[in-house]
Amino acid sequence: MSRNGKLSDNELHADPGIEIHAHAGRKVRTERETRTVFEKGAPGRRAFVCPELDVPARDGLLSERFRRAEPPRLPELSEPEIVRHYVNLSKRNFDLDSGFYPLGSCTMKHNPRLHERVAALPGHARLHPLQDPARAQGALELMWNLERALSEIAGLPHVSLQPSAGSHGELAGVLLTRAYHEDRGERRTKVLTPDTAHGTNPATVTMAGLEVVKVGTNADGGVDLDDLRAKADEATACLMLTNPNTLGIFDANIEEIARIVHGVGATLYYDGANLNAVMGVTRPGDMGFDIVHFNLHKTFTQPHGGGGPGSGPIAVSDRIEPYLMVPRVVRADDGTFDLDTDRPKTIGRLRGFQGNYGTFVRSYAYIRSLGAEGLKDASQVAVLNANYLLARLRALGVADRLPLAYGKLCMHEFVLSGAPMKRELQIKTLDLAKRLLDYGFHPPTVYFPLLVDEALLVEPTETETRETLDAFAEAVAEILREAESDPEIARNAPYSTPVRRLDEAAAAKRPVIRQPV
Amino acid sequence: MSRYTAVTPADLEAMLAEIGVGSLDELFAAQVPEGVRLGRELDLPAGLPEQDVYAHLRELAERNVSVEDELSFLGGGMYDHYVPALIDMLSERSEFLTPYTPYQPEISQGGLQVMFEYQTAICELTALPVSNASVYEGPSAVAAAGYLAKLANGRPRFVVSAGLHPHSRETLRTMAHGYGAELVEVPLRDGVTDPGAWARAMDDRTGAVFFQNPNFYGAVEDAETLAAAAQDAIVVGSYDAITLGVLKPPGECGVDVAVGEGQPLGNRLDFGGPSFGWFAATEPYLRRMPGRIAGETRDVDGRRGFVLTLQTREQHIRREKATSNICTAQALNALGGVVYLTWLGRQGIVELGELLLQRTAYARDALCALDGVEPWHTQPVIREFAVRLDAPAERVVERCREQGVNPGLPIEDDGLLVAITERRTRADIDRLVEVVGAAVAAERGAVVRA
Repeated sequence: MSRNGKLSDNELHADPGIEIHAHAGRKVRTERETRTVFEKGAPGRRAFVCPELDVPARDGLLSERFRRAEPPRLPELSEPEIVRHYVNLSKRNFDLDSGFYPLGSCTMKHNPRLHERVAALPGHARLHPLQDPARAQGALELMWNLERALSEIAGLPHVSLQPSAGSHGELAGVLLTRAYHEDRGERRTKVLTPDTAHGTNPATVTMAGLEVVKVGTNADGGVDLDDLRAKADEATACLMLTNPNTLGIFDANIEEIARIVHGVGATLYYDGANLNAVMGVTRPGDMGFDIVHFNLHKTFTQPHGGGGPGSGPIAVSDRIEPYLMVPRVVRADDGTFDLDTDRPKTIGRLRGFQGNYGTFVRSYAYIRSLGAEGLKDASQVAVLNANYLLARLRALGVADRLPLAYGKLCMHEFVLSGAPMKRELQIKTLDLAKRLLDYGFHPPTVYFPLLVDEALLVEPTETETRETLDAFAEAVAEILREAESDPEIARNAPYSTPVRRLDEAAAAKRPVIRQPV
Repeated sequence: MSRYTAVTPADLEAMLAEIGVGSLDELFAAQVPEGVRLGRELDLPAGLPEQDVYAHLRELAERNVSVEDELSFLGGGMYDHYVPALIDMLSERSEFLTPYTPYQPEISQGGLQVMFEYQTAICELTALPVSNASVYEGPSAVAAAGYLAKLANGRPRFVVSAGLHPHSRETLRTMAHGYGAELVEVPLRDGVTDPGAWARAMDDRTGAVFFQNPNFYGAVEDAETLAAAAQDAIVVGSYDAITLGVLKPPGECGVDVAVGEGQPLGNRLDFGGPSFGWFAATEPYLRRMPGRIAGETRDVDGRRGFVLTLQTREQHIRREKATSNICTAQALNALGGVVYLTWLGRQGIVELGELLLQRTAYARDALCALDGVEPWHTQPVIREFAVRLDAPAERVVERCREQGVNPGLPIEDDGLLVAITERRTRADIDRLVEVVGAAVAAERGAVVRA
């Protein structure tokens, strides 16, 4: 609430952390200053009870030289205090289970609770990663089955589940491309990335020791073929492409793009962030891609956890396979599974153990729940929902102020430009996003992709109802109407959230990144 | 329609009419060129009802031997520490489980404050002033530290102790090949990094040095000596955070960047992941850190709040000049980490460390009192140690398993790496000693008879 609702100072509670507001004419207590766990509790309090020392105590096991002198200043709280602290913190989060989350490029689809139940089974959750493969046959079979399913979905024969997130899969892909060219005695240094690419693409290229070359976008929102032809040459290692791209546009020239890239001996990399648009409809392998990464935390509904865990498996063509990371899951003729590290041309490892197995369990459960028909249905409805939402926004007159940036239809997401809104109503895309918070919606992705002025990237996903899409469209229309009469409302939003707009510049200028203890 | 979508035939008709197309096929045909359309159904098994999926996943789980099914002393990077129930409860809450990365801070204060508290806990544990909000896991955190060094001083050579976990060394090698650094490995002497060889390995092309503490063989390294010998190279220490209640923290030993596998801190084994990697550093490296960092600030009404900060380091802003390509990290697992450290508390982490120290010493002495078992090294150990067997390790392990005991990880041909967590009691350790003793004796007998 704004300060307007506040009572006079003498009505404040004695605790400076608490303030009393008038709410609907009644006093209510709210916590004014959130306190961290390091500011709670008291010396000597505890939750942990240490198991008793049941072996003869010995002195001098660790010399003073190697010993910690003072205990680390960790919090001291009872278990009930800990639970209350974190449950109360959780209530200061918006989440997918509570409301619509059309965050473009992130595929915030429903997270079935079955997946949490099966992932928690002791045979999965309490399996040690260095258990003898002969005694982890269920896990290896699950990984094998998931690899085969992802292979079929991507249209590429070989899969490694190892990468931990999409960007990790990208790094794997670029390192594999490099290894492939090096093995052929070629030193190729350039990686082409469209100007619509996710930021992870260029960042990955640099990490892999290669050079980014940007490719332009044509009037239809696809790759500018002339620019691609001009830049693709013998020094090109790879083109990294998202298709549909971050504009929600399926590139109509994909076959020609593949011809150009393969024509100069380069590989074609598919950023799978937008795979949710095309399952069972078209496959990256059939479009000519050599390497694909999947985001299990997007397309295959691993819960995002407020910033992870994710998982970024990759699928590759025959010519890339020799370089895949180790270990590989292999199946013997007798149907038993093993982990194979004997791959002479492998690029090596990208992390410890076998990857984020817990995410494999969830995504495998999802694929088995939906099957071929259900996965295709998911993609079809994702595209249907996006186009329906776009059509509703048009019907409500929103498109005048927030026009579709490219094309007429879209795949699973679409990009609106807030430039006319900013010009005519004096509210920015950021203001619209913040005002949506007061309507109980998570805003779309804002200011991405970069080539669209005041961009708003909307991805509703297939798991939302028509009523929710209608309500969101109405909210956007209402915010624009409101701005016509008073743009200050949006500019000062939000009003209903645990905190209001935060000073990010001050946070970056004088960083306070830990609690002084 | 699948079970997670909601479009009825009536909805479909109305929605297509609103869009202005006749069918779903038309919607796709207008956008996806015919030449790349699949034209058949995916060759995957048909979908299953929830109860059938559960039964299938349970059947797969039952074909794994978990740490509940045997008396396990497996370690080597992940450990069967007790995970308190409140972590399950909190990590399953929708509000923590289902949001995305907190791009809208006003409605993400819970997650952002958890990150801030997590960073504080890591800083306190390591005695270093700066922590990020998590990276993927241990070995890739080591490699990420290498990339930080590469960006910071650009030197092409890394000196690496042979005591660094093999997966960390392999991951570092893979990534260093990408960004153009070579690895020079320094061997161990009596279980720890050979100080003479380590000092001799340094030169003016050395950008960073890497060691692990306690190292892969369980031995406590002399971190101060190793760090001092590194001259002006960046000192990277990979630490086991659960030992830091008793072990001198990296920030007091001259370590510039400390990283580690977070699994021992309240995370499940999960056959290797997801867990989290932690990443802490000295102040000069703040703006070179990979990944998300939460920072404290105020809102327009003066209320305390938290935001993702120093984002100009990151890929979505800086693109090809970013300090890392990381986007999604391990926020939910890091939540488990900070809740675990809060649950242990200031005294608990020391008590737990002392218990591990005592039980591990007891186990090591008891095993090494057996005929045919010797210490791999004589260095101090905290939660894990290696022994040398006068018998093939794989065969000994095989025999022990037949008795329901998984005695540890076979290393090289005749070594065994044994982990002792607080879940392994004296009775469990006595059982281990009995079973290993019998197995070694049987194997030696088998050799004599042959």
